[in-house]
Parts: sequence; structure tokens; C-alpha cells
Amino acid sequence: MGKFIIRRLLSLIPTMFLIVTASFFIIRLAPGGPFSSERKVTPEVLANLEHKYHLDESLGKQYLEYMGDMLHGDLGPSFKNKDYTVNQLIAASMPNSLMLGLTALIIAVVFGITIGLLSALRQNSWIDYTGMSIASIGLSIPLFVVGPLAVLIFAMKLKWLPTSGWITGRGGLKTLIMPAFTLALPYFSSIARLTRASVLEVLHSDYIRTARAKGLKDSVIMLRHVLKGSLLPVVSYLGPAFAGIVTGSIVIEQIFLVPGIGNFFVKSALNRDYMLILGTVIVYSTILVLMNFIVDILYGLLDPRISYQ
Amino acid sequence: MKKNITMLLLACSACLLLYTGCSKENSASNKKGAELIIDNQSEPQSLDPTQIQGVPEDRIYKALFEGLVDYDPKTCHAVPGIAESWERSDNDTVVIFHLRKTTWSDGTPITAQTFVDSWLYYMSPEVAAEYAYMPAMIIKGAQDYNSGKADASAVGIKALDDYTFQVTLIGPVPYAVDMMAHYSFTALPMQAIKKYGKDWTKPGNFVGNGPFVLESWVPQEKVTVVPNDKYWNKKNIFLSRITFLPIENQTTAYNKLKNGEIDWIPEVPIEMLDEIKLREDYHVVAQLSTYYYEFNINDPILKDVRVRKALAESINKQDLVDKVMKGGQIVADGFVPPMEGYTPAKGNFFNLAEAKKLLADAGYPDGKGFPKLTLIYNTSENHKKVAEYVQQQWKNNLGIDIDLQNMEWKTFLDKRQANDFEISRAGWVGDYQDPSNFLEVCKSDSGNNDGRYNNPAFDAALVKAAKMPEGADRMKVLRDAEDMLITQDQAFIPLYYYVSQNCIDLNKWEGWYTNTLDIHPYIGLKLKK
Repeated sequence: MGKFIIRRLLSLIPTMFLIVTASFFIIRLAPGGPFSSERKVTPEVLANLEHKYHLDESLGKQYLEYMGDMLHGDLGPSFKNKDYTVNQLIAASMPNSLMLGLTALIIAVVFGITIGLLSALRQNSWIDYTGMSIASIGLSIPLFVVGPLAVLIFAMKLKWLPTSGWITGRGGLKTLIMPAFTLALPYFSSIARLTRASVLEVLHSDYIRTARAKGLKDSVIMLRHVLKGSLLPVVSYLGPAFAGIVTGSIVIEQIFLVPGIGNFFVKSALNRDYMLILGTVIVYSTILVLMNFIVDILYGLLDPRISYQ
Repeated sequence: MKKNITMLLLACSACLLLYTGCSKENSASNKKGAELIIDNQSEPQSLDPTQIQGVPEDRIYKALFEGLVDYDPKTCHAVPGIAESWERSDNDTVVIFHLRKTTWSDGTPITAQTFVDSWLYYMSPEVAAEYAYMPAMIIKGAQDYNSGKADASAVGIKALDDYTFQVTLIGPVPYAVDMMAHYSFTALPMQAIKKYGKDWTKPGNFVGNGPFVLESWVPQEKVTVVPNDKYWNKKNIFLSRITFLPIENQTTAYNKLKNGEIDWIPEVPIEMLDEIKLREDYHVVAQLSTYYYEFNINDPILKDVRVRKALAESINKQDLVDKVMKGGQIVADGFVPPMEGYTPAKGNFFNLAEAKKLLADAGYPDGKGFPKLTLIYNTSENHKKVAEYVQQQWKNNLGIDIDLQNMEWKTFLDKRQANDFEISRAGWVGDYQDPSNFLEVCKSDSGNNDGRYNNPAFDAALVKAAKMPEGADRMKVLRDAEDMLITQDQAFIPLYYYVSQNCIDLNKWEGWYTNTLDIHPYIGLKLKK
């Protein structure tokens, strides 16, 4: 097991290296540059700007310099948010995205598994139909519809919550509730459906029949055998879902004015802010590969048939 | 395992509880006086005047800094700022400013030398200020200094004594002093820049000379400013705080306004215009900017002026603004918006019979044989609506088909600036109220002349106007130049003049005025009693 973890961890290094290298060169292929604007800057000013940010050097040299700085933990300056470095921007926005993402994930997991389990145990009952209807709606209505709808109902009509905004620290709950529930909705829906399907499958499997035949109590069968066995697909879904949910959703961030990293992720690409694109790609891919790695390990813990070699 | 998951959930819930606490939002600040909350449209690129270039940055700049002169909130002409008065000499080519005795927010005096140091810093090649071309356009020697061809001594600025500052211009430049209200002519706190380097704009380090000083700046969340005790005109500051929110989504901003969470939005969601138009706090006014379609003059088909005129005269622009845009935009047949002392060129207005005749003369009767041109625009619902309308007009009125192609902003700019297009959507927003600010775009050596219009007579007229003193004669030269550009050569198709669309409740606030530059200073702005 230890050996397996070390081997998998080491294999993450070339993956990350490839991602960063590919991103570095691909973004330079996009037409336009960080300083192109409708009011074209004079050639003199453009030369000054490119010199300032070392964009007048050869691409190879820029790449080597970037990799060198990155290994020292320096992700460079942002071309668009000029008073901050990429490190500072990520440090400022990541905790907000994490806060929102983790809250949404907890909501999605708790409600998703509960509803999924209940729907499976009471298949074709009203619980099942209601739960699965909500899940279908959650999956099929996009967030840019759900978000404004929630704003309309809970902020503008009922006046329970502010329409948008973000308060860090004390008093942040009221600005967190709507974006968290909205963001949780599609994940909740997937988890509920996955859980239901997989619980149903496990319920009809031989080892459950054996457990019943042995005379085990229903609650023990549920917790020790059914739930454990049926969580595998959910866990493998949670890896990438976690990465997606905590690195932010631009839609949610824009509708609810959440100062998260998702905004930077999309806008840096539109602005050709090369350093910020790379910075956010590094954060995103690190989380993604780490999550997949953790899921691999959890697999073994949940399923005795999988062993690490 | 089950235990582990339970523990994890418990830990997360504990964090959540700690985070949200059980207290209310800190609202003590609201009690002192009027706080103004503004939708500032996007996260500012910077608070350092040398590094800014957009409207959101300018809104914050006006709170934090002051140059020699300010904008009048109604006319946008220059009013005294740090300079109490000024006069011109040497055939209007030299301006002498008399400064008032005042200080930075840290108590450091502001003198004529401050302006010499600030302007030289702003224009120096190392600082790489994008707007350095503005001082470079009007100050003697500034262009050479900014491009590294000359040293600082070549620039025509001088401190005659502590409170007298002299600027030598490249010519009489009638609009020079008005232009100096722009942030590219600001004073800079060199002492703070030296002390903190790049971090001088951060809360705690920040030093300014404007009506407000920086209180906080949380990226993507907000910028807040509070009154500057050291400001010379502080008796006219009535706001206790201004909060700038970087709201990019117009519907989000509008919802906040409707719910009373915000006081002023400078832009409205177009799809809700029918509702918004009925609001009392909605203010529409013509803006100093033009929406137009640019021709690539090098294109073999569009090279023919008859084709260009036919395309221009076959669009019913009145219907475009009334039935498509619906926001109060004004039909434009000339390029320069109307301004004090200047009436724009008449241009070639909607005239279907003549358009058809011109097209036939060019060899395409009823559009027959006319090749399929492509119109490019940057992706946006608004631009799409205009493009589809124009496509339809040309199809119905002239019998010609064109393709529409939308593209992402930077790709669009790249294509346009490389002259790699046939017809392109374009817009120009004036920085100061002078026709030359628009016409200069079309000079053959202008970096913004994407259609590559090239007429030596037009260029010569602009060069001539630049050397003329203020007055009707100069305006006539400029007006003739515009006639050449539009009425005679139809270098592009002006469609409409933009309007500014602000929402702010003037039953609640006073001291806020609409104007053609859509610039709104904070001095004198207050809550109505």
C-alpha cells in the first residue's frame, strides 16, 4: 500500500509537468495578446510594456524562466490585475471558492446519499418519485436559470437574503446560503441518482441475500454491506466533482458576486493574461490529479476485491 | 471508515459554524452619513494611475487623485483642481498653472516639482503607461522621451517656482487644459512609490491627494474609500464612504439596485429595457461616442466608393435605433458626435433610390454578381442584433447577401488591427470634447485606422487644424475634413451615437449630473435632506 502511494505520487510529477508545458505554449497560440485593446497602444508603448513583462524575449527563454520561477513557488505577475501577483490573487480567491465549494459539496453529499438511499429502499413509492423528480430537474435546469430564480424568490420577493455579494468571516452565512445550494443542486442530483441505482443493484446481489439468510439485522445489512458496497460509483464521481466544485463556477460567481477563482480562470483566458491562466490551470489540475489519487485509495478501502500492487 | 466520514462531516460543520458565527454584519459605518454604493462593472486593473486604462479604474481614480484640473460635473470642461488658475502665453503654446498650497494624504506638500516628477515618471519608457500617448500627443518633447529617443530634459515641463508650473505644448492645442483632467496628467505620490515600490497602492501604504483615500481593497469583492482629511476642498465632501463593487453581470447589478442594496448602476441589462425605461431613476443622455461599421478600403470590392455609399445609403438607421436598439440612441450620419461649437458632417443618409443607382453604376444592378462579403463583430447580443438588422436591410433593399461572423474579443481585435476583414463593427469613445479626438483615428498614420483609409488632403487638413488657435475657423477646417471622410469618401458607415444609461435615484441624491463624457465627480455629491 505504502509503495503504491509513493509510486502514484511520483507519477503525478510528469503529469503536472506536461499540463503546464502544454498550457504554456497553447495559450500563446491564441490570437491577440495581453495588451491588445480597441484603442491600440502606440508601438513605442507596446514595446515598453512587452519589455517590462519580458514578452520581448524568445519563447524558449520565457518558458525556462517561468518553469524556474514556478519551482520556487513564484507564479509571476498578472498582466491584467497589475497590482497583484498571481500568487496573491490565488491566495485571495481560493479560500472563498473552497468555502463555497465545500459547503455545496457537503449539502450535495448529505442530501444526495440520503435521498438516493431512501428512494432505493422505497422503490416506486412517493419518496422515490419525488426524490428522483427533484434530481431530474436539478440535472436538467442549468445554473444560470436556477440562480436568478432563487434570487427572485428568496431575495426579491421574500427578502430573506441579499440578492448577491460576499461577506468574509462573521455574518457570511447569509451570502453563502443561496450560492451554495444553487451550486449543490446538479451535484446533489447526480449523487442521488447514482446512489439509488447502485443501492438497487447491491440489494439484489447474492451477498446481501446471504446476509439476510444468515439472519443479520436489516440495519446492519444496510450500513455494513449495502451502503459500503453501493458507495463506490459515488466515490469515483466525487473525485472530479470535488475538483470542479471547489475551483469555482463562473456562472455562480457572477450571479452571486462570489470573489472566487472561477472568475479568474475564465477571464484570464479571455484577457490573454498568460501568467494568471497558467496559475489557475496549475491549481485546477493539481486538485484534479490529487482527487483522482485519493479516490483510487478510497476504492481499496471500500471494496475488498481491489488490492494495491 | 464510517467513523472517519462522520468525523469529516462534523469537522466541516464546525468550520462552517465558526465561519458564519452568530453576529450580524457590521453596519456601524452606515450611521455616520451617506455611503454611496456603486456598481463599478469590473475588478479594477490597478489603482496606480500609470497602470490604468478603463472606465471602472477611472471611477476609482476620481475619488483618490486629483490633477491640475478637474472635470466640471455638467459640462466636462476643466475647472480648478490642484491648480487655482492658469493662463496661456507665447501664441497659446505655453500654459502656466498657479498651484494652491495643499498636501498629500500623508502630509507631504504638493508643489510644481511634484508635477514635474509625476509627469516624467508617467511618461518614462520603464513605467510603460498605456495612456502615455495622451501627454505625448500635446506636450513638446514628450513623444521622444516616451519612446526612448530623448532624455527627460527634452520634455516641455518646468517648475518656475514651488507653486508655478509651466507646460510647453506642441502647438496652440485649444483643448489641452480640458484634456489635463484625464488621469494621464495626474500627480503621483513619488515618496510612497519610492518607499513601497509596487505595493504602494495597497491599503495601509496608499497615499493620494483626491477627495477620498483608500480604506480597503479585496480583489473581486470591493474597493472602499473614505474622506481624505487633508483634501483642500473637504468642506464639499458629503459622503462618508464610497463602495465600488465589481459587478460584471448587468442583471445582477440591476437586481441589487431594485432591492435597494446599491445606489448607482452605470449600465443596464438591455433585455430588461422596456421595464427600466419606465423607472424614474433611469437617465439616458447622448454620449460622446459613435457606433459604426468600418470598411476595409483595401478590399477589391469595397475600394469602389460607389459600393461603399450604396451600402451606407441603404440602411434605415431610424428604424435601427427605434425598433432594434430601443435605448434612445441617436441616428448618426456623420462620425463626430455633436459638441459645443461643432455640427457634424451631414453624411449620406438613407436614400434607397440613390443607393440602388450607385450599386448599378458600380456594376451590380439589383445586387447581381455582388460577391458575398463577411461582416465581423465581437460576440455580444447587442452587436448581433445590429448585424442581423443590417444584413436584412442589404438583402431586402439591395438584394445582396453577406455573412455574419462573431468572434471572441481579442481574436476580433487581432483580425481588425491586422486589416484582415471586409466589414467590421467598430466604436469610438471620445476622451475629450474636440472633433480632432475622433478624426485623428482616420489619419493615414494612425494606429487605430484599421480600415486603412488614406487621403492626403484629409491628413493635411488635420495637421493644419492642429496648429490653429481655438475658434470657428479651426472648427470649419475640421468640419471640411469630416465631410471629406464621410460625405465624400464614405470611409465607413456611422450608425448611431451611443447613449449613457445610468440608474441613480436623483430624488435621493443631489450633485449628480448627466453629461456627454459620462463622467461623474464625487465632490458635492450628497444625500438630499
